[in-house]
Amino acid sequence: MDAATSFLGFVVIDGIAYGMILFLISVGLSVTMGLMRFANLAHGAFAAAGGAAAISSMQAFGIGFLPALLVGFAAGALIGLILEPALFAPLYGGDELDQVLMTIGLILVTIATLNLLFGSAPLPVVMPDWMQGSIDLGFRNVPNYRAFLIVSGGLLMLALWLTLDRTEVGARIRAAVENPSMAQAVGINTRRLFALTFTFGCGLAGLGGAMGAPLLPIDPIYPFRYLATFLVVVSIAGFGNIKGTAWVALMLGILETAGRYVVPEISGFLIYVVMIVLLLWRPNGLFGRPA
Amino acid sequence: MTPLAQRLRDEAAAGSRWRIIEVLPWLIFIAFYLFFESRLALGNAVLVMVLFTISLDLVMGYAGVATLGHALFFGLGAYTAGVLVASGLPDPAIGLLGGIAVAALAAVLTGLLLLHLQGNTLLMLTLAFLMLAHEVANKWTSVTGGDDGMHSVSPGPWFGVFEFDLQGHTRYWYALVLLFVVFLIARMIAHSQFGLALKGIRENPARMHAIGVPVRRHLVMIYTIAGAMAGVAGVLSAHSNGFVGLETLSIALSANCLVMLVLGGWGRLYGAVVGATVYVVMQHLASNWNPSHWMFIVGASMILVVRFGKGGLLGLLDRLVARFRGQG
Repeated sequence: MDAATSFLGFVVIDGIAYGMILFLISVGLSVTMGLMRFANLAHGAFAAAGGAAAISSMQAFGIGFLPALLVGFAAGALIGLILEPALFAPLYGGDELDQVLMTIGLILVTIATLNLLFGSAPLPVVMPDWMQGSIDLGFRNVPNYRAFLIVSGGLLMLALWLTLDRTEVGARIRAAVENPSMAQAVGINTRRLFALTFTFGCGLAGLGGAMGAPLLPIDPIYPFRYLATFLVVVSIAGFGNIKGTAWVALMLGILETAGRYVVPEISGFLIYVVMIVLLLWRPNGLFGRPA
Repeated sequence: MTPLAQRLRDEAAAGSRWRIIEVLPWLIFIAFYLFFESRLALGNAVLVMVLFTISLDLVMGYAGVATLGHALFFGLGAYTAGVLVASGLPDPAIGLLGGIAVAALAAVLTGLLLLHLQGNTLLMLTLAFLMLAHEVANKWTSVTGGDDGMHSVSPGPWFGVFEFDLQGHTRYWYALVLLFVVFLIARMIAHSQFGLALKGIRENPARMHAIGVPVRRHLVMIYTIAGAMAGVAGVLSAHSNGFVGLETLSIALSANCLVMLVLGGWGRLYGAVVGATVYVVMQHLASNWNPSHWMFIVGASMILVVRFGKGGLLGLLDRLVARFRGQG
């Protein structure tokens, strides 16, 4: 097998694995910004909190990697459940500047809290043995961790898609994103629906933060460092578009991985050029419909 | 005349007259020079941030444009000043004019591209332009020094006479004079017909459009003016610190400036003066604390101000004065 195909395989596999993390973390943000039109800059804080909870529970209680992922989900969801009515709900339908300012405050509080609890260094993830090796797929070796990300991320994506497409809750969410006032008029409690999706989205962010910790290391400034990345995903996809978020997260994962190796000098700002051009061309995102 | 227009006009008429209390900040800035000669670096940092925050107040507080990218213009001003000194043009006047020109050009171009948009899309795009510039500055190491930044930005003397001395006398006056000029311009705009129209656009863009105000042109104009002012702040920071780094083009700087404006109270210029002054001085006083404690307090007060304390510190003062008068 020649070098080019091998490189392509590597880029695609690494890129998809990275894209899965981006998707898990961004999907909740997309719903927040689409369903409630809430300019939430603090979504990365839930991922950081989930990641920190997972890693520190591995250290403190010696639990395994998989249970720790559940801790990450639970931590994200719990914090979301508490903060949604306390801080987010009062600003629904309000000025986006207030939302921006409140979430900047939340980022600062998160950074400070993580710093006080865990120090400023990245939290070390000790991966279990079964995560260390790699599987031979015949045409190439895939590191176990990458394979785990792709498989579990893919399963979660499928589960989310089935929920949205085939269940009543899913239909309600789609209706509320599409036309909030009409959804309310036909008897959907958008307020409660949103509390539910917000909490779940924060849980997924916590899970994504924990799962992705070896790739996107958990440290106090995590919410600031990856702020732009998550926002890029949801704004290119179109706020509130979940399928779009999945596509864009995967494409972005692959493009960024490829860019890092092929054109390392410009890969960093290429993504912003793409974002600017796309949003100027389609202000509602690639998959969003014109308002 | 509609009640809104009437109210805005009354406000403007009352506000354009100078009140005695408005001398106070300038007296404090001069007194600081006289009594805290050993702390001029701190005073200089205050003046730079006040200037930057005033520019943000024009865009955000008056015109109601939600931006995360205001640091773009600060950073462009700073890097332009740095590059001009590094390329053999140490005259600070050239640096200042160059910084203003580059920042204003960037503001007019991005403003024309962006300001017909609103809400989250506008926020994302202002952020994207800032991040784009940040990445360019990060990678274009031959010019910007990349992650290391540009060191030893040492401008020549002002008017060939006033050297940038180690104690910081020159740079303090340099910053104070520029701040005063910028403040006068900002105050004039705030109380002009144009400023009134901006407030109207903030309250209700559709209605302003309907009564014949060129909304987009007004927004681009104030965005450009404020961008140029932010560029002045960036030039000042570069000339004063002798250093330009990537943090001048960071989301964190935009966010900090928002924090200062909101803590002081937006849409009244003096809120920017009070907010930035209090923030920078408090940060200095807290410098031997654990930085996390400081950050926690700032973050928590942001949340509280948004939730309960509309108007920031000056809003609080207003309410106290009102209560005092009500009882007296």
